[in-house]
Amino acid sequence: MPIYIDENTRVLVQGITGRQGSFHTGQMLAYGTKIVGGVSPGKGGQEVEGVPVYNSTFEALENQEAKASILFMPAPFAKDAAMEALDAGLKLLVLIPESIPLHDAMEITAYANQKGAVIVGPNTFGLVSSGNSKIGIMPNRYFIPGPVGVVSRSGTLCYEIVGHLTDSGIGTTTVVGLGGDRVVGLHFIDVLKKFEEDHDTKAVIMIGEIGGSAEEEAAAHIAAHMSKPVIAYLAGKSAPPGKRMGHAGAIIERGRGTFESKVEALNGAGVKVADLPTRISSLVQSVL
Amino acid sequence: MKLYEYLGKELFNRYDIPVPRSRLVENADQAGEAAAELGDVVIKSQVLTGKRGKAGGIAFASKPEEAKKEASRIFDMSFSGFVAEKLLVEEKIEIEQELYLAFTIDGSARCPVVLASLDGGMDVEEVAEERMIRWPVDVSIGLQPYMIREICRLMGVSGDLQKEFLKFMPKLYRMFKELDAELAEINPLALTPNGLVAADAKVTIDDDALYRHQDLPRISEKTALERKAEELDLAYVELEGDIAVMANGAGITMATLDMVQHYGGEPANFLDFGGGADVEKTSQSLELLLGTDPRVMLINIFGGITRCDVVAEAFVRVKQSQGIELPVSFRLVGTNEEEGRAILEKEGIKTFNSMDEAVRHAVELSA
Repeated sequence: MPIYIDENTRVLVQGITGRQGSFHTGQMLAYGTKIVGGVSPGKGGQEVEGVPVYNSTFEALENQEAKASILFMPAPFAKDAAMEALDAGLKLLVLIPESIPLHDAMEITAYANQKGAVIVGPNTFGLVSSGNSKIGIMPNRYFIPGPVGVVSRSGTLCYEIVGHLTDSGIGTTTVVGLGGDRVVGLHFIDVLKKFEEDHDTKAVIMIGEIGGSAEEEAAAHIAAHMSKPVIAYLAGKSAPPGKRMGHAGAIIERGRGTFESKVEALNGAGVKVADLPTRISSLVQSVL
Repeated sequence: MKLYEYLGKELFNRYDIPVPRSRLVENADQAGEAAAELGDVVIKSQVLTGKRGKAGGIAFASKPEEAKKEASRIFDMSFSGFVAEKLLVEEKIEIEQELYLAFTIDGSARCPVVLASLDGGMDVEEVAEERMIRWPVDVSIGLQPYMIREICRLMGVSGDLQKEFLKFMPKLYRMFKELDAELAEINPLALTPNGLVAADAKVTIDDDALYRHQDLPRISEKTALERKAEELDLAYVELEGDIAVMANGAGITMATLDMVQHYGGEPANFLDFGGGADVEKTSQSLELLLGTDPRVMLINIFGGITRCDVVAEAFVRVKQSQGIELPVSFRLVGTNEEEGRAILEKEGIKTFNSMDEAVRHAVELSA
């Protein structure tokens, strides 16, 4: 039972004519993603990798049926493109760009909330329903079907861990990149809920890092609502004390956000925290 | 980007938020002149570190001579390694009560949040949770008067002070939003006989939004090396150890440092050269690291959007142009790894498949 996306999810690529947009359109098609159209204002009528290009999301939807969109464009243009996609009725947006201003990200997520749409990212590698479809920029070959759900704040570290898992012969159901920014659409809890409901997912890996309180919130959720085993890895143990944002940052976090507080919260929720990324696959094997 | 107090207050002024009268000075003589003009004054070091009050970076003076003496004392001070280049000399205001007010961004709620308390001042972090009122602001409706009344009710504030907040808070919110602030904090927010006055200003602007605020000055707290890295658009932080680390992606770079420590080594830096870097940028990253004169170099590449052949090519280019004498532990997998390995093997450079092996090798080399 795929979550968020499956092999039939029809996808638009906004910013398809750019270097990244066109390259990853090819990669996604190779993985099996149903890309039905691209959007690039002023460049309608072209084709990229055999995909028709339209001038706007509205125009694309007049010609194609689609539910999701992946966005490739410089950060200053991302808010406009995301708002357009939401207004046009798309229900799942994957925001690849990094460095989107925080106030823009807050407006995008607020509007998505009104529209009942899901935002993945910004600053994410996207998501993949292994063997079915990917909406993202992750390297194709590591994402093979299997029983483990993965949710991660960081990109390359997630590839590292999934790659290790794949080498050990363990595949994944769905892998979701939450994005590395302070304001992102999906949080650990949203994805953990989906994994708990998904019959194919037998165990969950969560990959977090220091800063913010997302891991502590996830730990509270796991303790109260998760029956499936969760394995975690947290990056940043050796990082020197981070730059705090005045008193307000400290007040918001109330002592949360450090490596120690996250490990303690997760252990308290029965989550095994691997001390090295390379030890995750053996921990997963022990619970499968 | 954190702003100095005086810059924050200039912005407050622009948004009609009351601040004390002041003069910005660059030497002790000017501080004396400012005191002659303003009367009883507060002299405040302009540094970006917190706790400057407790460290002695704030002084009171009632005579110009005294102001001069205090100013020269503060100019000689160091605050966690930072020395003040400017002091703010402000009229001393009559404070009836010290309050606290801030707007910041709550990542969990994905929206701005108001933090308000009647217990402002030096130890605001210690204020009990129930005495610190938090109110999230839905950006689709913005800060509404009912929210301010509600915050006041929760603080136990009514009457004239509530009226003051109803005037004050919308100005601060407008500034917070229009200037893409991550933080706009006033501590203390002084209650004076003339109403609310911002006695301090701590404003942080979102770095990613600076492109649309060309009128704001650019302030950096970074070391020379970190500034150079910033120019190259690299995420770089100096650390204490001797193993220079370079990886692609913040999470994996942090995990690499963690692993170095796990095996008993000490990383010399955090360097994330990002995703999809070209030969030029990758070479610059390598050159930057070599410039720090580490004992060992550890390169950990898991290519996704980053291509292994590009990294290999950059490495060979730097090796040929300026020589790489120190021992290197090189891990290279992912997109185009065969091509990358082939390039390195021609130069007699061996690579590792696993991160674990590469890190252990680097730690052995540094011992």
